[in-house]
Amino acid sequence: MDFNDTPEEAEFRAEARAFLEQHLEPKNASAIRGREARKQTLEKAKKWQKVKAENRFAQITWPREMGGRGGTPMQQVIWNQEETKFDAPIGPFAIGLGMCVPTVIAFGSDAHKERYVQKALHGEEIWCQLFSEPSAGSDVAGLKTKAVKDGDDWVINGQKVWTTGAQFSDFGIVLTRTDPNVPKHKGLTMFIVDMKAPGVEVRPIHQASGGREFNEVYFTDVRIPDSDRLGEPGMGWKVALVTLMNERLAVGGSPGPDWQEIMDYARDAGTLSNSAFREKLADWYVAAQGYKLTKFRTQTALSRGETPGPENSIGKIITANHLQDICNSAVEMQDHYGLIVDKDKAPADAIFQESLMWAPGLRIAGGTDEILKNIIAERVLGLPQDVRVDKDKAFSEL
Amino acid sequence: MNFDFSDDQKFLREEARKFLSAKCTTAEVRAVLDDETMSHNEAVWQQIVEMGWLGTAIAEEHGGLGLGMLELCVIAEELGRALAPVPFASTVYFFAEALKLAGSDAQKAALLPKVADGSAIGCIAASEGPGAVEAGKLATEYKDGKLSGTKIPVTDGDIATHAVVLARDGAGVSLVLVALDQPGVTRTSIETIEPTRSHAEIVFDGAEGERLGAQGDGETLYNEVMNRAAVLLAFEQTGGASICLEMATDYAKERYAFGRPIGGNQAIKHKLAEMYVKNEVARSNAYYGAWALSTDAAELPEAAAAARIAASEAYWFASKENIQTHGGMGFTWEVDCHLYYRRAKLLAVQAGAPAVWKEKLVRALETRNAA
Repeated sequence: MDFNDTPEEAEFRAEARAFLEQHLEPKNASAIRGREARKQTLEKAKKWQKVKAENRFAQITWPREMGGRGGTPMQQVIWNQEETKFDAPIGPFAIGLGMCVPTVIAFGSDAHKERYVQKALHGEEIWCQLFSEPSAGSDVAGLKTKAVKDGDDWVINGQKVWTTGAQFSDFGIVLTRTDPNVPKHKGLTMFIVDMKAPGVEVRPIHQASGGREFNEVYFTDVRIPDSDRLGEPGMGWKVALVTLMNERLAVGGSPGPDWQEIMDYARDAGTLSNSAFREKLADWYVAAQGYKLTKFRTQTALSRGETPGPENSIGKIITANHLQDICNSAVEMQDHYGLIVDKDKAPADAIFQESLMWAPGLRIAGGTDEILKNIIAERVLGLPQDVRVDKDKAFSEL
Repeated sequence: MNFDFSDDQKFLREEARKFLSAKCTTAEVRAVLDDETMSHNEAVWQQIVEMGWLGTAIAEEHGGLGLGMLELCVIAEELGRALAPVPFASTVYFFAEALKLAGSDAQKAALLPKVADGSAIGCIAASEGPGAVEAGKLATEYKDGKLSGTKIPVTDGDIATHAVVLARDGAGVSLVLVALDQPGVTRTSIETIEPTRSHAEIVFDGAEGERLGAQGDGETLYNEVMNRAAVLLAFEQTGGASICLEMATDYAKERYAFGRPIGGNQAIKHKLAEMYVKNEVARSNAYYGAWALSTDAAELPEAAAAARIAASEAYWFASKENIQTHGGMGFTWEVDCHLYYRRAKLLAVQAGAPAVWKEKLVRALETRNAA
């Protein structure tokens, strides 16, 4: 057992690091944590994406003929680890390049690949993913947005929600219902949609946290040519599963303040000697280590050229609850003063208050705690699926 | 990144699992549970002796196999899965590790070969009453080469040939090495919630003993031995917790209620998913402890504490919710669930309860932050 790179990995890490040092500033401590990290300027992000693509550091595992590096998943992990140490504006491209464009590559025509892939890779065009709807969240196959064939076009009507980056996206992949007379999974079809097309309206969602990072997207008689269909009509669910499978391997750090931050705060505040606090601090350390070390096990599998086991699936369940709990304790430790969210007045630049308000979203986004537990129970432990009373009924009869 | 056991170590694990699943089934465990006169399963013990496992991490010059702590961790996990009703932990994790850590050349030469060939059974005697072991509260005293005082409970104290005893010694505290077959030692078996491992009260009345390590170093050495034992116990605990998850999952798939398997209900699915998460957290922390132990890393105090806290929580949760998943069946003597519930509690307290380790962990983090 050791935590060292293999010689080849060390060489790649050094190369990545040298490249990053040449182009970016190291991240300062306060920028790593909290919501600030999500406020990245678009222009800066596009520029950085172009530099990465030109030097084959964008999409490291993609084949070279696609503009990738032809590298290993482990090299992608190493790149991500190094890139997060710098002030790198990567947010706007994660979903497009991680999920949407791979779907276009898998199901699109040669003309689609020609048209879209390089522009996305070089940061010239941004993509978003349009699956969730107000009445179809965890059960996304229950979506209602309609696509009706009209000559060589399809006409789209409906509403999507929680669309990350829709406000600055050029294209999206949209999952629609094209046949309501068959069971819900069988009547779906996927399309490429031009986000600037007439009838597409993006409205920011005013989140419970106060921010407006996500969007609702309304489609009113939006026309999409049949040539922009991904997969056969009715095959949309299969296409969507490929999109979801391409979700980036979770390698990011903690999404907010962790045991070290609250320990630092408690020391400054003079409450580190409180025995109830010390017990909780120990639990937080153990959970954070558990999460970090489990990722090390995943990386070990990657480094050996193996497919990581299901251990990776525990990540978000741990981190989201962990974050919420730490922030709650930090705020209560500040007593009445803990209400204050003004960065100039609140301790630790108000990171605990900000993350407290962000944490409920984290427990829902990308699979709720409950759905993730279902996934562990069904796919890892092999327990029976939930009862699905709508499984064999036509969608129109539900 | 190489945060896993090697292929050789995994092979050892497979061999150990094969051996124990054939020779140490729960029938062998129950033989000890159901017979008050049995302190341990001698047949299983003798086979373990023959396999050479006792000397896994003892140097060849002292009659051991000369393998490392990682190999011992692998075996520990398998012993934990099998609920092995033998004095392995007392003899190897506590007694042999104390000798290796603090023993003089003569002490090591005299006793490590006996541990390795099974002719000595060791134990560690620290607890004197309710509450955490604290150096300042010890009544047992070592004076002019003689030991006096009472230790209770001592795991495997009734069958051990030797004990390492934590005792007052002048102004400080020392570890004292004592042979238990002498007139100044009286041993009485003690009934506990975990009858598959035997326990005793040991009264020392002027028993002859010699210091293990320097006079006054007892508390430091004791803590170092506990750090080492904590990692090894964490593997036993992780092994036991894994079995509980397997049992509960299997049962949830085959037990029908209201016309379908109970494992189709989210209340059960989510409980078992939580069990899985806790077990993975425990496993990852145990691996880190193994790394720290095998490399003598400066991080051992916090790694051992984290391994112990995570493993104690995981085994407790898995063993109690395994019973719950089994319903009324799980509360019968005949179904094995309670064996794990009992063992989980023994392993959680025998080297200091989780609360003690949480405090140790935070102190280690304070030390690290101050540095």
